[in-house]
Amino acid sequence: MKETQYNYKVVRQFAVMTVIWGIVGMLVGVVIAAQLAWPALNFDIPWLTYGRLRPLHTNAVVFAFGGSALFATSYYCVQRTSHARLFGGPLIGFTFWGWQLVILLAAITLPLGYTSSKEYAELEWPIDILIALVWVAYAVVFFGTIAKRKVKHIYVANWFFGAFILTVAILHIVNSAAVPVGPMKSYSAYAGVQDAMVQWWYGHNAVGFFLTAGFLGMMYYFIPKQAGRPVYSYRLSIVHFWALIFTYMWAGPHHLHYTALPDWAQSVGMVFSLILLAPSWGGMINGIMTLSGAWHKLRTDPILKFLIVSLSFYGMSTFEGPMMSIKTVNALSHYTDWTVGHVHSGALGWVAMITIGSLYYLLPRLFGRSEMYSIKAITLHFWITTIGIVLYIASMWIAGVMQGLMWRAVNEDGTLTYTFVESVKATYPYYVIRLTGGLLVLSGMFVMAWNMFKTIGAGKAVEGEIPPVSAGSGFDAPAHA
Amino acid sequence: MDINTIRAGVTVAALITFLGIVAWAWSSRRRADFEAAARLPLDEGDDDATARENQK
Repeated sequence: MKETQYNYKVVRQFAVMTVIWGIVGMLVGVVIAAQLAWPALNFDIPWLTYGRLRPLHTNAVVFAFGGSALFATSYYCVQRTSHARLFGGPLIGFTFWGWQLVILLAAITLPLGYTSSKEYAELEWPIDILIALVWVAYAVVFFGTIAKRKVKHIYVANWFFGAFILTVAILHIVNSAAVPVGPMKSYSAYAGVQDAMVQWWYGHNAVGFFLTAGFLGMMYYFIPKQAGRPVYSYRLSIVHFWALIFTYMWAGPHHLHYTALPDWAQSVGMVFSLILLAPSWGGMINGIMTLSGAWHKLRTDPILKFLIVSLSFYGMSTFEGPMMSIKTVNALSHYTDWTVGHVHSGALGWVAMITIGSLYYLLPRLFGRSEMYSIKAITLHFWITTIGIVLYIASMWIAGVMQGLMWRAVNEDGTLTYTFVESVKATYPYYVIRLTGGLLVLSGMFVMAWNMFKTIGAGKAVEGEIPPVSAGSGFDAPAHA
Repeated sequence: MDINTIRAGVTVAALITFLGIVAWAWSSRRRADFEAAARLPLDEGDDDATARENQK
């Protein structure tokens, strides 16, 4: 035990909870999708109203599902590419139980109506403090493990995980700065347009670092592992990393086009969003080309299907995003369901699919098995998810463009052609199609949960052996003795 | 000094730093190190059940 073995316990805990929270978060998503089609489904119960469940959905899928997945994969990757057991002793367990407590508190306080009203940062100040504590512990564990590594290089995936951890700490602390006026009530430290700019500096970098950099860390570790080939171009991965770091920070203002934000700031946001296309596609190509010479594996391996299709969705949404940040396009797309479609193309297509693929690689290895209990179930999961996502985003594209066109249509005398409620009525069938897509994605998660529990039942919890220092890999010089 | 001069300076410095990183990443002297780093996830071996059996 101990220093000759990797710590898989915490990886197991987070990996299993990823699937559980995935089901919970997507179930809430399906409920609110159904409410948009049939509003009576809130049953006139305040806790079940759309306004309270929507932040529960976003927090559950981003921070509970995505967050647990990032903890699990970063802890696994950093240990195995550093040839070192996790650093931090009791802090490791604290990151798991602390993070679960944050999620539980969110699940209680959001339906009760406690909210700071900042999108993706709705939790009130006592929970924000707990998040900050857990996050600092996460940073100590992660960077402590890097510091005690037994190999010379810090593998590129760890650079992405590290940037994600550092940046999210800064974003969370700055954006959550508030003046408490009661145990569950606070006012933001910022006011007016500054508050809006800080919020979307946070909001877009939550996308850029939580939902992109962290999951790119996953990509750079699990795609080479599953494909059995090194990453296509290591130097491209370095340029990819620094280009993302230098540009993402500036893109936030595209959420505030045609608002009180100064026009020059909107333009800066737009230009940097357009520049982002280059590193995003560089990274996507680097991931997909890792398969070059081994394309046949894609035909038979459903885990690779998940990983590679996730990159296709990443490429699609990182092309769509810069287009939508162009002011004239944004004039049509903003406040419509096009935005919702775009977000889910990224969140389901990219984030969820790379997570699911990585977990199918990870789970059997954590339980002493060579593969998941059922490979056919993985294939089934892949097709259900893919069809579900395509239904979801296609219906929201059509609905969004339609809404944008209806809202801007004017008669010859300058009056509006359509009332708002006419656009709502026209959206109805697309809300039903979107619900169908969401239901498919959710049922895929149930298939995954069944497969996971069968795999756990057939295996037993194991720990990985750390290779001896001179493992013949050429990295026998300890960087930190 | 005008704060906007400092802001412009920081932006230009950031761009030059980035171009420096690109040049560094593409320099041929880095090739061997990068190849070694790229093999890190593969050289560590695997820990599925089959690999475990083979190690015994």
